[in-house]
Amino acid sequence: MSDLTDLTIAESLSKLKTKEISPVELTQAYIKKLDDNSKYNAYVTLNADEALKAAQESEKHYNNNTNRSLEGIPLGIKDLFCTKGIKTTACSHILDNFVPQYESTVTQKLLDCGALFLGKLNMDEFAMGGSNETSYFGPVVNPWSKNTPLVAGGSSGGSAAAVAAKMCAAATATDTGGSIREPSAFCGVTGIKPTYGRCSRYGIMAFASSLDQAGPICKDVTDCALMLNAMAGYDAKDSTSSKNEVPDFSSFIGQDVKGLKIGVPTEYRPDGLNSEVAAYWDKAAQILKDCGAEIVNISLPHTKYALPTYYVIAPAEASSNLARYDGVRYGLRVSGNGLDEQYINTRTSGFGAEVKRRILIGTYVLSAGYYDAYYLKAQKVRRLVKNDFDEAFKKCDVILTPTSPVEPFAIGDKKMLENPINMYLNDIFTVSVNLAGLPAMSLPIGLSQNGLPLGMQLIGRAFDEATIFKTAYQLERGANFVRM
Amino acid sequence: MSEYVIETEKGKWEIICGLEIHCQIISKSKIFSGASTEFGDDVNENVSFVDAGMPGMLPTLNQECVHQAIKTGLGLNAVINKYSEFSRKNYFYADLPQGYQITQFQYPIVGEGFIDIDLDGGITKRIRIERMHIEQDAGKSIHDIDPHKSFIDLNRAGVGLMEIVTKPDFRAPEEAGAFLRKLRSILRYLGTCDGNMDEGSMRCDVNVSVRPLGSDEYRTRCEMKNVNSVKFVMQAIEIEARRHIEVYENGGEICQETRQFDPVALTTKVMRKKEFAHDYRYFPEPDLPPLILGDELINKIKTELVELPDAKKSRFVKELGLTPYDAMVICENKEVADFFEKAATGRDAKKVANWLMGDFFAMLKKKNLEISHSPVSAENLGKLVDLITKDVISGKIAKDVFEIMAETSEDPEKIVEEKGLKQVTDTSAIEAIIDAVIASNPDNVASYKAGKVNLLGWFVGQVIKQSQGKANPALVNKLLKEKL
Repeated sequence: MSDLTDLTIAESLSKLKTKEISPVELTQAYIKKLDDNSKYNAYVTLNADEALKAAQESEKHYNNNTNRSLEGIPLGIKDLFCTKGIKTTACSHILDNFVPQYESTVTQKLLDCGALFLGKLNMDEFAMGGSNETSYFGPVVNPWSKNTPLVAGGSSGGSAAAVAAKMCAAATATDTGGSIREPSAFCGVTGIKPTYGRCSRYGIMAFASSLDQAGPICKDVTDCALMLNAMAGYDAKDSTSSKNEVPDFSSFIGQDVKGLKIGVPTEYRPDGLNSEVAAYWDKAAQILKDCGAEIVNISLPHTKYALPTYYVIAPAEASSNLARYDGVRYGLRVSGNGLDEQYINTRTSGFGAEVKRRILIGTYVLSAGYYDAYYLKAQKVRRLVKNDFDEAFKKCDVILTPTSPVEPFAIGDKKMLENPINMYLNDIFTVSVNLAGLPAMSLPIGLSQNGLPLGMQLIGRAFDEATIFKTAYQLERGANFVRM
Repeated sequence: MSEYVIETEKGKWEIICGLEIHCQIISKSKIFSGASTEFGDDVNENVSFVDAGMPGMLPTLNQECVHQAIKTGLGLNAVINKYSEFSRKNYFYADLPQGYQITQFQYPIVGEGFIDIDLDGGITKRIRIERMHIEQDAGKSIHDIDPHKSFIDLNRAGVGLMEIVTKPDFRAPEEAGAFLRKLRSILRYLGTCDGNMDEGSMRCDVNVSVRPLGSDEYRTRCEMKNVNSVKFVMQAIEIEARRHIEVYENGGEICQETRQFDPVALTTKVMRKKEFAHDYRYFPEPDLPPLILGDELINKIKTELVELPDAKKSRFVKELGLTPYDAMVICENKEVADFFEKAATGRDAKKVANWLMGDFFAMLKKKNLEISHSPVSAENLGKLVDLITKDVISGKIAKDVFEIMAETSEDPEKIVEEKGLKQVTDTSAIEAIIDAVIASNPDNVASYKAGKVNLLGWFVGQVIKQSQGKANPALVNKLLKEKL
């Protein structure tokens, strides 16, 4: 083996168990890789020394056969997850030097499985963005970039880029409107947003509470199952987390999809859809058909309302969730003459433009006199979007769509920057899933003519990640995408 | 009571008043966090990460607070809503760490109910309850330690509150006073709030408007926030009403505004005009699912409910023969009622009530003691009444015995025994004294026999005096008549 960072988690674990490699060697390999690839700006805080210490501990576990499910696997952690003793900023100036004294449930579960943390990953500020350009620490560069630096997608751009460039074995991420799936597609990696309530939100800085969900970004489908096994589960500290039993997701890897009904929604193929994207969509359907699945046309009639609905609900919740960043107790404080001025000064310099835009939108849609027309209406449409999926799943078992209508674009793209709506439109295939609380995965399907990765999305019934894993594995095999 | 009318040279006016009462829930821990609710602990000692509004922290509902709210709702004769929801009330203040208060808005846990209040002259009046919801308290801002700095104590932040809102049913300050006393009594009976207005565990907002007597219109009201004693509430209503009348009679208009009552100057002054009222941007709390209550729980709490003051009062009247007034006084405080019942069981309850409301209360007041710390136990008070009823001691001697009991906490039987205070009922002993008195007062004997029969009282006094108070007066009377 020339480079240990080429290994998937599953491969690493089998070599670790046979002591062919050691956790320290594996960790050192990743640390070297993240140094070599620092140009991608994927990490905002490094934890290399602690990671090596943890690797030594893991070595002991292997030596005395007390190794746990992810023993010695080096992970990157999105900077939205609070990690005890490790700086956590949500890539916002307003959380300058904030070091949590507590661990998020998801990262704690990963630690309990023996994983170790290489550092904190770049992201859009407070997970608000689709290109990782709103980060206070600057954009992540897509490792697939040729001459022009391209975006890695967002908001989990650091997570996707780090996995693609082998700067960690896998990464945690979060998805509010596509923040796991879009960067996964842009960086040619695999990420799953599980059902809302599958993973605890405790200790994850809230963007939009009713939409936020944690999930892994990995090198392949098999690793996603391993990671999600560790991350999922009921948590008494999150009242929205589900008590539904968590199956062993790995057990669905390799199961066949014969007779499975794959839904293809008409509304996701608007006039003018990128022809390469459309062609790969057809190809993906064909692969699954060849595996014995049945392709059925379905309709999700309220699709066109999903994006505006999302951009009412998410900012509304965000405007309230971000009120706590006020300079009184932690993070940045810019003093002023009196309390109100301190608030204004702190939040004016602490938040970036996109975050401010969403706080303003959210404050507006919740205001007296506008609440019914915007927020309440949006909640009603949200229900309709969910009903669409309920109807569709009477006809099919899993839904296949492209992840993004576009391939990765240049950092600083003029069209995206001059009108935020253009950026928001990249989420059209992903936001409905969050509104309906459903699980969905993005996996690479192939390269565009420009040599850039494109992703396919599989959407499942609530709490039926199993069917997604089953289908995704077969699609992955058929697509035969070559990782970086 | 007679109709309360404010009469001026120009006309007669009626008061319209409603109250909103915030009651701190008695519970071991806060309503959305596990932190302790102990009053009087060191500043910022009882603060969890949730209470401090740390990033990523989530509320979880304390079931104990829900049970207390159901109990209180039942005590208010109110509808318990099986479906209720939490909402966020958004505003910025330094003692509100999250930047919003979690409260209930559209769907409160308790719906309409009522309390019957007791007014002078044995009249009762029904005050309707509009609703009661549960919410979290804010912390405390302290502005008087430093001229340039404010300090924040978050011990109170997150403590559970019940907000009880009445209909505008009060027509006189005394009615509001009687209501608050009755409410406090009910809450203390239930053990859901200690009702200490001076400690801030019960806080009252007062809404006042006036209208010409006989009219049925509702005019603009003003709200006075945080009036912190029953007396001040009554004063605030009258003073604010008189202000309204003066404005109207001088051709002015009342503006809807929040005012503050100044108990020293006995005025109200404007705190916040309507134009500057907060827009709280209420929306459903996405971190907490709706609160669904089952009949089973509600019925369980119903069956476990203690006997409330009204029920106890009518039982004391019906079964123990107390006057309604005595029963009302005794039942206002549960500890007093329990003490009374313990002392009165199996005895002449009216006599026990007289002793309790007479010498016993006077003793407590003199010693400045709560009934729970009384040196005279219920058992001993009962025994004292027994000694009187069984003619072992006279009522006069009983007062002396009671004084000794108040000092020593001793058993009255023991005191009577040791001090030799038993009434003399031995006929021969009394006859000997009578003979001696007759022998030494021949003049009075002659006068008596000549027809001055009211001298009998003088003889009785002499005999009892010579017996050092121990001779049974009835026996002395009887024997004297025979001898004379």
